[in-house]
Amino acid sequence: MLLTKKSAGQVQKSTFASTINRAVGTVDRRAFLKRSGMVAGAGAFASQLPFSMMQKANAASSGPMVAADGKMEIKRTVCTHCSVGCAVDAVVQNGVWVRQEPVFDSPLNLGAHCAKGASVREHGHGEHRLKYPMKLVNGKYQRISWDQAMSELTEKFLALRKSSGPDSVYWVGSSKHNNEQAYLMRKFVSMFGTNNTDHQARICHSTTVAGVANTWGYGAMTNSYNDMQNAKCAMYIGSNAAEAHPVSMLHMLHAKETGAKMIVVDPRFTRTAAKADQFVRIRSGSDIPFLFGMLYHIFNNGWEDKKYLNDRVFGMDKIRDEVMKKWNPKAVEEACGVPEAEVYKVAETMAMNRPSTVVWCMGQTQHTIGNAMVRASCILQLALGNVGVSGGGTNIFRGHDNVQGATDVGPNPDSLPGYYGLAEGSWKHWAKVWNVDYDWIKGQYASKAMMEKPGMTVSRWIDGVLEKNELIDQDSNLKAIVYWGHAPNSQTRGLEMKKAMETVELMVIIDPYPTASAAMPDRKDGVYLLPAATQFECAGSCTASNRSIQWREKVIEPLFESRPDHAIMYDFAKRMGFADQFVGKRDGKQNIAVVKVAAGYEEPVVEDVLREINKGTWTIGYTGQSPERLKAHMRNMDAFDVRTLRCTKDVIDKETGYNMNGDYFGLPWPCYGTPEMKHPGSPNLYDTSKHVMEGGGNFRANFGVERDGVSLLAEDGSHSLGADITTGYPEFDHVLMKKLGWWAELTEAEQKAAEGKNWKTDLSGGIIRVAMKNHGCHPFGNAKARAVVWNFPDPVPIHREPIYSPRPDLVAKYPSHDDRKAFWRLPTLYKSVQEKNKDISKQFPLILTSGRLVEYEGGGDETRSNPWLAELQQENFVEINPKDAESRGIKNNQFVWVQSPTGAKIKVKSQITERVASGTTFIPFHFAGWWQGADLLDKYPNGAAPIVRGEAVNTATTYGYDSVTMMQETKTTLCQVVAA
Amino acid sequence: MARMKFICDAERCIECNGCATACKNEHEVPWGVNRRRLITVNDGKPGERSMSVACMHCSDAPCMAVCPVDCFYKTEEGVVLHDKDLCIGCGYCFYACPFGAPQFPQAGAFGLRGKMDKCTFCAGGPEENHSKAEFTKYGRNRIAEGKLPACAEMCSTKALLAGDGAVIESIYKTRVQRRGKGDEIWGWAMAYKRGDAVAAGVKS
Repeated sequence: MLLTKKSAGQVQKSTFASTINRAVGTVDRRAFLKRSGMVAGAGAFASQLPFSMMQKANAASSGPMVAADGKMEIKRTVCTHCSVGCAVDAVVQNGVWVRQEPVFDSPLNLGAHCAKGASVREHGHGEHRLKYPMKLVNGKYQRISWDQAMSELTEKFLALRKSSGPDSVYWVGSSKHNNEQAYLMRKFVSMFGTNNTDHQARICHSTTVAGVANTWGYGAMTNSYNDMQNAKCAMYIGSNAAEAHPVSMLHMLHAKETGAKMIVVDPRFTRTAAKADQFVRIRSGSDIPFLFGMLYHIFNNGWEDKKYLNDRVFGMDKIRDEVMKKWNPKAVEEACGVPEAEVYKVAETMAMNRPSTVVWCMGQTQHTIGNAMVRASCILQLALGNVGVSGGGTNIFRGHDNVQGATDVGPNPDSLPGYYGLAEGSWKHWAKVWNVDYDWIKGQYASKAMMEKPGMTVSRWIDGVLEKNELIDQDSNLKAIVYWGHAPNSQTRGLEMKKAMETVELMVIIDPYPTASAAMPDRKDGVYLLPAATQFECAGSCTASNRSIQWREKVIEPLFESRPDHAIMYDFAKRMGFADQFVGKRDGKQNIAVVKVAAGYEEPVVEDVLREINKGTWTIGYTGQSPERLKAHMRNMDAFDVRTLRCTKDVIDKETGYNMNGDYFGLPWPCYGTPEMKHPGSPNLYDTSKHVMEGGGNFRANFGVERDGVSLLAEDGSHSLGADITTGYPEFDHVLMKKLGWWAELTEAEQKAAEGKNWKTDLSGGIIRVAMKNHGCHPFGNAKARAVVWNFPDPVPIHREPIYSPRPDLVAKYPSHDDRKAFWRLPTLYKSVQEKNKDISKQFPLILTSGRLVEYEGGGDETRSNPWLAELQQENFVEINPKDAESRGIKNNQFVWVQSPTGAKIKVKSQITERVASGTTFIPFHFAGWWQGADLLDKYPNGAAPIVRGEAVNTATTYGYDSVTMMQETKTTLCQVVAA
Repeated sequence: MARMKFICDAERCIECNGCATACKNEHEVPWGVNRRRLITVNDGKPGERSMSVACMHCSDAPCMAVCPVDCFYKTEEGVVLHDKDLCIGCGYCFYACPFGAPQFPQAGAFGLRGKMDKCTFCAGGPEENHSKAEFTKYGRNRIAEGKLPACAEMCSTKALLAGDGAVIESIYKTRVQRRGKGDEIWGWAMAYKRGDAVAAGVKS
């Protein structure tokens, strides 16, 4: 008989359980974590619970049985955990989400899911959600009503606005918002009068967006996950797709079976590396030496695509000079640690197996030189002639389900929706689309100068609070922080963040979960929590990494007292006195209808919001994706080919009568012109082998027509298929249309709207229609890609050592940037910090890098609250090489302290593994809820703490920001590990 | 009559735990009971391979042979099921099973070993199809709905295949042939060669 003692809330170790564990017998990271979990449980989830507890939790329903009474409905939605865009069929009975079925028809995922995707139904139950509005009173969270919360907050915001100006409030938006909500968020903060807003893209792919857009036009993944099936070789550098984008591996492994080569370049031997033909270990942060080392062999052997470079690329000669002069195999090995033969082999494999593609993620972006690293990758692909080719391209995997969409149309501090920027013309364009008076918006801002000055970034809001007032580039320091769908533990410098959270007058957290923001600061009052609905509780569109836009149906009504984000925004707008402007109500017209829902609050109609986006976002072709077209695609997914994403026969949507023939799935942007023009979307960007009305294109003319006396336009003959203009040409505007004699092809109404405008600001879409449909020309012109980005601090990508570098010798050789005084409104330090810390590696000799686990996402508040996922990863850990562990007397699976140069120390379990090389450690970044060794359980609202809590790696991370976008450095810093 | 089988293609399995989670979701399996789980060999080293493991519904199932109360039975499709009303929680089947499939939730105040629980190939149990009793004891019966097991249907890379043995065998065979009979497949070469040479793709 096996006797075990049960104590309250804690399941004791059972002898039988440990027998089972021994019997399993394989030692791996998962096993060791599971084992500890199996016996430790996680408080509330005792293994004594009977089966089908979920059924009991939903006693209101008739249970999850198929044959039971009640109407069964199928709602089609999309997983909210990464950017692959996996479709999910939700089975709903009596308003309860009872089952989840795979959607085999989805061309993106063919029914496949990783752990996160297979668990999304739990969101429909959400036992650990934030259930009602709360307010911190004397150190404890107390329940309050929505009306009280909204009126108190409105009063506080307006008071701050009056006393300290609109720039004193910082609004962190979200990549978890759908397109419509993200777009409304930018509109909302604009009408509040500030550009101090941002979202996860800043700390995710901001360097990619800036670097890639400045190279060839658009800052997005050029091809698609599906198109990787057409690649003959793929190089992953700084991407652990098997954990971060598991379903993308479906396409890659299929390609591999048909002969494609797979290369992984990473400081860690990741699960992706386990599937590769060749794995190359580089030192964290040395991507440029490696990539230029490859280019050295490519140039040396004449493997570059000479005709392509001549016709379509500007400035490669300067790159060549830099590479041949500075990056010979010896210098490469010194900087990144990879011997010549290995670099040669990678270069050869990429060159001999074209089309070849490059994949990158946070491993490249999250560095102080992230913008240069991503450009080095682009340059490699240009040299090989791989861009604008099916099977090639730069497949940049985005992180969140809608981080692409939120970047495109959402809350960015430096731009209005659609990358229009903040210049007066941009404001006038959007004011017209929004049906509001430009001067009214201007009046909301502190001044016209502040209206046109990029705001602070989410990576630096803490400095907006803590920095000396005379050093910041706005009147007041930040006095309030609003976290609207964003975790705090994903940002670096946790120690200072806590201080900033304790310094501001007001903290507001609007989220389905309280998040670590609710528990981190030691405050007595001045914190409000508002429960937001998840994306399964509202409808709307989201943009996958491949730029395909999918429409989510609402699965269930918002749980508990939660409300959709756009309803909360509208409520604030109404209370602050700009409800009419917010929905574009003026002169007898109203852009966005507002409906009152059963729960009693008002909600802007999501379809109308998308139509408004369609009306204004010409730059990146968010204009053709009407709600009707998107919904038709979602209902007829089987019409689209898995390899090409295209529908090639007549398929008529039963509800709308819409014929999908020719469309690419989800109308991947750019989908130019009006919906009526029926552009099919663009599967692969810059592809000259196709007509522009078939999704073809070329590089964008966005950087002038000449540089240093050299033309920037494409050479003759390198135009998209069937274009009437066979030379390079600039972007279209009313002058060019008239010069070409095409003006008369516009209708009278179009002429009226297009007069004095260019293709981006012509609200009729006439210029685009005539250029594309009648003449096969690209509205944004036909130019060369730029290997040299002269408007960046390093026009030719230059390797610079991280600010906290383990190599003082290389710091002297490859120093960081000079300090900057006012950059995104804040002083930003490089060399001075690096210089001060150049010998810091004596005390902190190990590189600390961070990354993802497959079970969790982002800050992890959502996924760590999901029992099905939480069970799989119960403790945070540090991966450390056996050699480093041995020299520190550390045993496997014991608590250790990870100490950082900031003075922070975090307590995690040791995971001794050769996955990391000696000298490198790795900690996943999804954990929070502990603070330097202490569990913060008591500081969460009752019942709303995540099941699994742990130490956040970013409590220990250090200073360092990209020199273009303020991306934070998370991938290379230093630490010391000691046994606890 | 089709013979139901699972195959896990280790060349495709990326240890994402999608299968394990799909199982939890579909059957609402409680914390601590893992009908399906991932096993990884050479974790973090060249040669790392993962495999999703659950009850393999053996032709000559050892669990059936050792059960003192004879609670196991086999369906016409070859799915090994058991009757929880008969099970006494003795654990013999756990020791007999080469895959560690049987799971024992604790039950009662003294943490007694409860009724054995394991993968049902999503085929329910002896109770009436789709009844509440069947769901509570065994989980959903997808087979009776004309569906395949949730784990395989949702596998992120289609590594885990489930269904008629003849069909999944031909899918797997096609993959193996496409990859070529090299070091990538399990067999003699794998067994007698050093793992790092295999992962580096060195052809013999």
